[in-house]
Amino acid sequence: MDTRRVSSAVPRVRQVGFFTPNTPAHQPAPTRSQSGPPTSDSPPLSDSPASNSLSPVMIPPPRHLSDNLGGRAYALPVPGRGNAGEHATVGSYNPSESVLWLESPPRSRIGDEELSEGTESSLGWYRRSNSAKVASSLPSGGFDLSQVKQPESVAAVEAKNPLPEKSEAQKEQASNPKSLKAKTTKAERRALQESQRAAKAASKAEANKSNAPGGAASSKPMKQPPQKKDGPPVASSVAASERGVDRPVEKERKKDLPPPRMQFDDESRVDKAKRRSLLNQPEARNRVELFRHLPPHKNGSQLPYLESKFFELHEMHPSVYKVGLQYLTGDTSGGNARCIAMLQAFQEAIRDYSTPPEKTLNRDLTSKIGGFVSFLIECRPLSMSMGNAIRFLKSRIARLPLTLSESEAKAALCSDIDRFINEKIVLADKVILRHAATKIRDGDVLLTYGSSCVVEMILLYAHEIGKQFRVVVVDSRPMLEGQKQLRRLVAKGLSCTYTQLNAISYVMHEVTRVFLGASSIFSNGTVYSRVGTASVAMVAHAFHVPVLVCCEAYKFHERVQLDSICFNELGDPDAVSKVPGREDVNYLDNLTDKQKENLQLLNLKYDATPSDYISVIVTDYGMIPPTSVPVIVREYRKEYLLI
Amino acid sequence: MPDTQALVNDFISKLKKRKIEGSQATAKQTAELLRSVISQTRVPYTNQAAALIQSVKAVGERLIAANPVELAVGNVVRRVLHIIREEDLSLTTAAMAGLNLSAVSDDEDDADRDNQPVLSAAAIAAASRSTLRPPSLQTLLEDVPDSAAIPHTSSSGGDSEGKSKSADKSSRSRKLKHDVIEAVNELIQDISTCHEQIAEQAVEHIHQNEVILTLGSSRTVLEFLCAAKEKKRSFRVFVSEGAPRYQGHLLAKELVTRGLQTTLITDSAVFAMISRVNMVIVGAHAVMANGGVIAPVGVNMVALAAQKHAVPFVVLAGSHKLCPLYPHHPEVLLNELRSPSELLDFGEFSDCLDFGSGIGAPLLHVVNPTFDYVQPKLVSLFITDTGGHNPSYIGEMYRLFVVSARGEGMNFKSEIMRTNCIAEGNFFGKLEDRKSRFL
Repeated sequence: MDTRRVSSAVPRVRQVGFFTPNTPAHQPAPTRSQSGPPTSDSPPLSDSPASNSLSPVMIPPPRHLSDNLGGRAYALPVPGRGNAGEHATVGSYNPSESVLWLESPPRSRIGDEELSEGTESSLGWYRRSNSAKVASSLPSGGFDLSQVKQPESVAAVEAKNPLPEKSEAQKEQASNPKSLKAKTTKAERRALQESQRAAKAASKAEANKSNAPGGAASSKPMKQPPQKKDGPPVASSVAASERGVDRPVEKERKKDLPPPRMQFDDESRVDKAKRRSLLNQPEARNRVELFRHLPPHKNGSQLPYLESKFFELHEMHPSVYKVGLQYLTGDTSGGNARCIAMLQAFQEAIRDYSTPPEKTLNRDLTSKIGGFVSFLIECRPLSMSMGNAIRFLKSRIARLPLTLSESEAKAALCSDIDRFINEKIVLADKVILRHAATKIRDGDVLLTYGSSCVVEMILLYAHEIGKQFRVVVVDSRPMLEGQKQLRRLVAKGLSCTYTQLNAISYVMHEVTRVFLGASSIFSNGTVYSRVGTASVAMVAHAFHVPVLVCCEAYKFHERVQLDSICFNELGDPDAVSKVPGREDVNYLDNLTDKQKENLQLLNLKYDATPSDYISVIVTDYGMIPPTSVPVIVREYRKEYLLI
Repeated sequence: MPDTQALVNDFISKLKKRKIEGSQATAKQTAELLRSVISQTRVPYTNQAAALIQSVKAVGERLIAANPVELAVGNVVRRVLHIIREEDLSLTTAAMAGLNLSAVSDDEDDADRDNQPVLSAAAIAAASRSTLRPPSLQTLLEDVPDSAAIPHTSSSGGDSEGKSKSADKSSRSRKLKHDVIEAVNELIQDISTCHEQIAEQAVEHIHQNEVILTLGSSRTVLEFLCAAKEKKRSFRVFVSEGAPRYQGHLLAKELVTRGLQTTLITDSAVFAMISRVNMVIVGAHAVMANGGVIAPVGVNMVALAAQKHAVPFVVLAGSHKLCPLYPHHPEVLLNELRSPSELLDFGEFSDCLDFGSGIGAPLLHVVNPTFDYVQPKLVSLFITDTGGHNPSYIGEMYRLFVVSARGEGMNFKSEIMRTNCIAEGNFFGKLEDRKSRFL
């Protein structure tokens, strides 16, 4: 999709980042400047004919994604400019150019305003703005996809004209059942709460069950799974339908802030969470003082317990359940893999979903997804990227046109998810490969840390296109993820050197480039990644070796963080004291109780790399300095609206 | 004699096989070995000191060659040589003092011979000043030429007294050996008690509620922390485990046994935690003349992180770890690569390490160094058994308390150069052998 901004006077153009020369030629805009804004708005508002047939402009059928989806591991670079590569340029190359067009000063005010609204609440705003200033000022562009499917796009353009009236009609249509619905659900909720209380009194286990995610309780604001906007989407979808023309902007701005995460040293909230929790929280003995605000690690020993609960969890879709267990045991790890697994599980769940009577799909599905999410959070805290994906999905659900039939809505959501996976992850990675490969020269010694799938793909891709280089794989305890990566690289014929993090100063002398992956990048440029990444970047900086961080833009997050302590994830503490494969290291095996009292084990999973150690961030929008991350975050949020 | 040879050979093979862990143990054993070498050396009547020096040097060079990376060996050999020279000097000055007294009393009337003893007395005074104490401003200014050399020549120069003193001389030779052995004993004592002396200073550096980070295990650090604990200071310690040797586990166990609040972290979490740490305290393997530190692998990372967060980085080192060498490419030349099996499981990766496949060299190399070099600019403070010092002062300090006389300084320079050559040459040879590759 192309989010090119078009205004009457061509604005001052500034490109952020660097681009490989093979970027496709810039298409002239005029035709799309017409078609752009309406198409972008069409899904929520679109009239029945267009939406009935899954408007191909908005939701293109999954092109070549089914073959790419299989799993991240298989999404290997295609040698030469293959079919998929061409698609890549269509799908996400262009945005790299166009998204980064910045507004000219007068525009920027509008842009800000628009930014200030939550992604979920954009519906009303769009209606208004649409009627007010149609083609000229909208901060949205046409889709490139529309070129792929030209005939349909013409149809869509035709469909745009009657929009304002349609939206009015729709609004009326929407508000009536909604107000009714709200009452019934409130009553329902109350009833449910009553029953819960009774059940709790009867037996604790029962209470647990009925509290299970997906229940009405989950849509309450006090519910606090850290980083998802649970309440807002529901509320905003209601608000969107009732919102008048003059909408308080301030409120929206406030809502825009990421909600504070759950702090696990807040006892009352922890108690509440515990009561609702499916897993019995391990009474973590002797936790590290500094990290009391983080949830204690849940290890795989919870698995049998959770498995035994399977038949009690009616609300939980089996595929979500499976993914949750995989998170719990660590079978699925890595930001992209986890995100894809989650989205595909949601897709399954949506396919099997049927709206209960007396409920609307939008709201019920949102709360259902919320329940799934809180289940997944219990298994393992979400990564930032997953938070972004969930936000995307919820905004899609919230903005589903009410006129859609259930099956259509489900199909639309499924293809939305497919598209997200395809464009934001699979294709984004391909673009990153291209960009990063230009930075690898013959004779280079590349250092990578841990196991990042993007970096691995880059290395393999560069090897395939015939670059001559060596790889230094740096690893660290207790995960030792590097070993698996090492094996895959060696199997592909790359010349590798393996070492552990402590020897980083020794190997850094010969290294010419450092490639790092990231779990998330915050808008102050801090790279949040596997613990130890910061040390690698720091040593590289000290040795004047450039550090390239490779990260898909969907992992960018508007939070800011300065240290690795305020937000982090705790791993299994026992993994620190036990060294597998080294029988001679058993000093901590037989400690007396008194000794155990004094000893604390800390297993951090992530750390925050300060932006001054980062030379460049390679993302699907090109290569950018860390200072440009907020720009991407801002522009990218707009894109959420458009997808 | 043969039994010392056996001892020396035994010790050398231990060094070569890296059987001796830790620079303190090495230093102590080296000193003990040299003591027995000295006691076994047969001393001729004349020039006993030279004979002793020669035998110690011969043994010392072999020891250094056996493990050039273990700088403590060379340090102790140098210290012992210095002791021999110093004892010799002090004996001769004492003898000269006696000689002078007698000379003055004998030849009161002879005005011609009056000059010489006076001059030698002045020389003796200068020599004694320069040997016993650090050079005073006066000696530096006067720049007495070869003050140490004069006693040597004059000791054999007395013509009339020579015969009468010969019996005295043989007793003196025995006395020299005895004195040297006494002094070496003192050195051994110093080495084994340097922990306590360093630990005594702990209360001056650790305050209440401090958070201290350390990496790996060092007995000096352990004693240091425990000394502060005994003084009723309560503080917390983060111990980084120090892969791939995991000595940190050992240290953590010792600390919790002594009741210290200890948190064990992985090495990768050092950067994350350092922002909440008040001080980093590590032990050293050796301290170079420029103030650079050879330390267990991983410490350089910690030092850089500490610098980034402006956390004081304190190195504890006994004086036997002070080395007069200037590091040249220390990351490679003063390093040692250990077995890859500590990092990778041979069973799992044996197929990747096959020489037979493809181009004949394995695709996979494994690097497992033992030491890190920390630049002096990253070190905030050295705490030795003689007190705290700035990195820039370390070279000076070594000179002050080991090489005090100028003449010896010259000698030492050549020695240093020689040992340097030995160290480097050997090390290149070794690098070839242990090229860090499997098979």
